[in-house]
Order: sequence, then structure tokens, then C-alpha cells
Amino acid sequence: MTPLLKVENISKYYGNRLGCRNVSFDLYPGEVLGIVGESGSGKSTLLNCLAGHQEPDTGEVIFDTRVDGPKDTITMPEPERRMLSRTDWAFVHQNPRDGLRMSVSAGGNVGERLMAVGERHYGNIRSVALDWLDKVEISEDRVDDRPSEFSGGMQQRLQIARNLVTAPRLIFMDEPTGGLDVSVQARLLDLLRGLVRELGLSAVVVTHDLAVVRLLADRLMVMKDGHVVETGLTDQVLDDPQHAYTQLLVSSVLQV
Amino acid sequence: MNSEYNFAYLDEQTKRMIRRALLKGVAIPGYQVPFASREMPMPYGWGTGGVQVTAACLTPDDTLKVIDQGADDTTNAVSIRKFFEKTAGVAVSDETAKATVIQTRHRIPERDLSENQIIVYQVPIPEPLRFLEPRETETRKMHALEEYGLMHVKLYEDIARHGHIATSYAYPVMIEGRYVMDPSPIPKFDNPKMEMAALQLFGAGREQRIYAVPPYTKVVSLDFEDYPFEKGGATQGCGLCDAQDSYLDEMIMDDSGARMSVCSDSDYCRERRDAGYVGEMGVPQKTVTEDAA
Repeated sequence: MTPLLKVENISKYYGNRLGCRNVSFDLYPGEVLGIVGESGSGKSTLLNCLAGHQEPDTGEVIFDTRVDGPKDTITMPEPERRMLSRTDWAFVHQNPRDGLRMSVSAGGNVGERLMAVGERHYGNIRSVALDWLDKVEISEDRVDDRPSEFSGGMQQRLQIARNLVTAPRLIFMDEPTGGLDVSVQARLLDLLRGLVRELGLSAVVVTHDLAVVRLLADRLMVMKDGHVVETGLTDQVLDDPQHAYTQLLVSSVLQV
Repeated sequence: MNSEYNFAYLDEQTKRMIRRALLKGVAIPGYQVPFASREMPMPYGWGTGGVQVTAACLTPDDTLKVIDQGADDTTNAVSIRKFFEKTAGVAVSDETAKATVIQTRHRIPERDLSENQIIVYQVPIPEPLRFLEPRETETRKMHALEEYGLMHVKLYEDIARHGHIATSYAYPVMIEGRYVMDPSPIPKFDNPKMEMAALQLFGAGREQRIYAVPPYTKVVSLDFEDYPFEKGGATQGCGLCDAQDSYLDEMIMDDSGARMSVCSDSDYCRERRDAGYVGEMGVPQKTVTEDAA
């Protein structure tokens, strides 16, 4: 089986400072990879390099494209990469403000990707948008409201709908539940888990919340100071951490 | 003509710089060419871009017409016409047919333009994507990569909010199947006229951009399959000349709110009245001349 995403030796420096170094992994179709680590451990840098938002200094990110098969997305021409990022890829930002157009209605936000790939029938766009709003539990009568009138949890769900509307195969998530209260978090995670299973999505989820990866991720990668210190199945890593830092991380979780 | 000015105010080097930008604009229809816009003796927003383009195009043999909202006798038009009379000494005319260079703000004349005419538009904001994507770095990339989905988001929002495409001026167009362009704030009524025989040049002084649409270039107004572009326009005729096909201005006539619709293109209206057409509220032209005599 060809991995959907094959990452080899990604390194990124900010001048002399290390962002992340020599990160490699394979992600297979339908698999969810969690990346955990404390602030400044390089997880967001890594995610941005994978998603094409930043250019890594070394390494390859090979994505199994629908038409041409495995292709390095770092050396591919920019138009092609941007096309990928609005069709086969999705990126869910921690702050919905970064991922939504706040002055455009919810329906317009969801429809943007469709229009970007050439859909020119208003009625079709609208019915797909309504369908997706329903999937992420936003009621139909909010379709013409702006995201600025939505609550934080609704904004995050809208961002997910906006990203998934073109049926991407790979979704990057940067702290998708950050800044939400726990009950809203729980519902969002439930929704995400459902969508990932239902649509057979592959995902790379960056978070510092171990509960999130426990629920969502099949495999786990632990990062510290720009390095990957431990990888493995999620339950295995969380239940039997080997590296000292992972042990610290797991034992630091507050028990209620 | 005042000989203390160089011909058409700008120095020759500046005019050459603008002409280079114009040539590039003509070569890449709809593409916004950056140029080193000069300070002009008028405030930004009064047509500094258009004036610079006109200055770069004028020759001593040209006849210049300047219109503002279709009319030759509004402040902006009168000032710019006088400016070129003084600095270039060119002939000026109100008649669309006689002019070789027409500078315009917010209208395209009703009469069809010909191959030996140039129309220069004054443009306040050349970037059609500006209000959806404020970053110029990003919009330039979108133009370069033909990522125009966002333009349709704007039209989508119109329909979602108003039930129809409510954008009525500065209606975005696709030029020759490649660049999305802001046609300057002309009414969408004028959009179909943009496939014309004359050369169309656009100057945005404050934004320092020039763009162009060469003669007979394909200009398509953006729309949806189920909400096609409609040019709109008035349902009644002009009050003075009874034109049914012209873009009308609505005038309020008195304190009780009586209204009158008249052609916004003052030359077109005059031409029709001279030819004997009389609108509902008009006075036959002959009587006027008799009275005057």
C-alpha cells in the first residue's frame, strides 16, 4: 500500500534557531497521526511545512496525488500546490478567524472552495453548503449569518465544514479544540471523529492536549525541542511511555 | 497654450515611462501594470491616473473630450478639459464623434466608439479583489495563478443577501478569458459596451496602476449559470430626448418630489434633440432656437 503522505527528513531553521529537525513518517490512507509536545517544540512549524505554508530547509513531503501518483509537494510548482491545498488538502486553524472569512456569510465561507474549483451554479453551491452546515450541526437558518455572529464552537465547526466541502483526502489540524470549553470540545471531537471515520479521511493533528489524541489519533508522535523523541500507537505511547519527556508529559495531565 | 508648460504638463521622460506601462498593459489585457504615478496639480480621487494616461497619449492633432458621469459640463470634466487646453493647447469638443481621446469618469458614451478613438478611464481602486482580500501580496498571487473563486464569493453574497446580484457598478469582468478586472465604477449597464472598436486605457493615480483593454477584446461579466448577468437600465425613456436605450439619471425637480429621468450622456441627448426627438418633458428644439432668435 502506498502511503498517502510520506515525510522524509524535514528540517526547518529560523536563522540559527531550530524549528524542527529530521522529522520522517509515513501516513497511510484512513490513518490519523497525532503530534504532541509542549509549546515551542516545533509541532506547528512541522505542520506548516507539511501543508506548504512554510518552506522547509531540507526534506521531502511526498503526497500520493490522484492523477500523477506520489509527488514531492515542496518542489512541485506553486499553482499545483495551491490547487492541492484547496481540493485534496484541508487545514483547520486553531483560531477560526485565521481559517474563515469573517465578513462573508457562513454559506459563502463553505461555498468558496467549490467556486474556487469552478462551480458556477448558485443553487448547487447553496444546497451543498446547507448540507454541510447540517453535518456540522449548524442550523439552516444561520446560513446567511456572518461567522462573527457565531460562538467559538460554531466558528470552529464552520471552519471544518468549509474545509471538508471539496472532499479532501488529507486534513491538517492545528490545535482544533484550543480555546474551547470542555463540553464544546467534547462535541467537536465527537463530530471530528465521526467525520474522519465516515469519510475515511487521513489527518495530521497537532495538539498539546493528550485527551484529544487519545480520542482521535491512531498513532502518536512526541516532539521536544524540534526533535521527535518517541513514536508509536497512541495507546501504547500514552500507557507505557518510554522517553523521559513523554513520561513527564503523561504524568502532568491533571486527573479530575 | 501656455509655453511655460511642457506639452501636456508632464515632462517627456515621465510620458515615456507611462507609455511603456501602457504598452505592457495592452500586451497583457486586464493585467495591472505598476507605474510611477506623479503628483498632479489636483487631489487624488479627481482623476490623477486618467490625466496622466491622457497626457501620455495626447498629440497636438488630437481632439479631447472629457466627461464625468456622462456629462461634459460637470466640475471634474470642465477642470480637466481646461487643464489640457492650457497645458497642451489641443482642440476640445463635447461631441463624442469628433473626439480622438475621451477621458471619462464612471461612464462609457452611448454612441459607439471607433477604431481611431482612445477612451481613458479614471480608476479609484483597480484591484477587484481588494474588499475580499486586503493583502496586495495575496491578490497579485491570485491574479498570477488565476485563482478567481473569491470573486464569485462576492456575487454569491449578493444573491444570498438580496436575492439577485446587487453589484450595480464596478461590476467585475473577465478579460480575454484570463484576468479578472475592475472596469472602474461604470454602471454595469455599460459592461456590454466594453467589447468595442476603440482602445480602452485605465489609470489609477493613487494606486499607481495602469491597465488596458485592446480593441475587440473579449470582455465577459462574471455571473452564475442560474443567475446570469443582466445589464439592467431604466424602463422609461429619457424625459428630454425620449431615448429608450440610454442610461438615465434621475433628477428631483421641485420640493414636492417631482422627478425627471434624463440621459446621463449629455452629448448623446443633445444629438438626439437636434435630430428632432422630443421626450415627455422636453421642448421641441426648433422652438428654443426661435425663442433665442
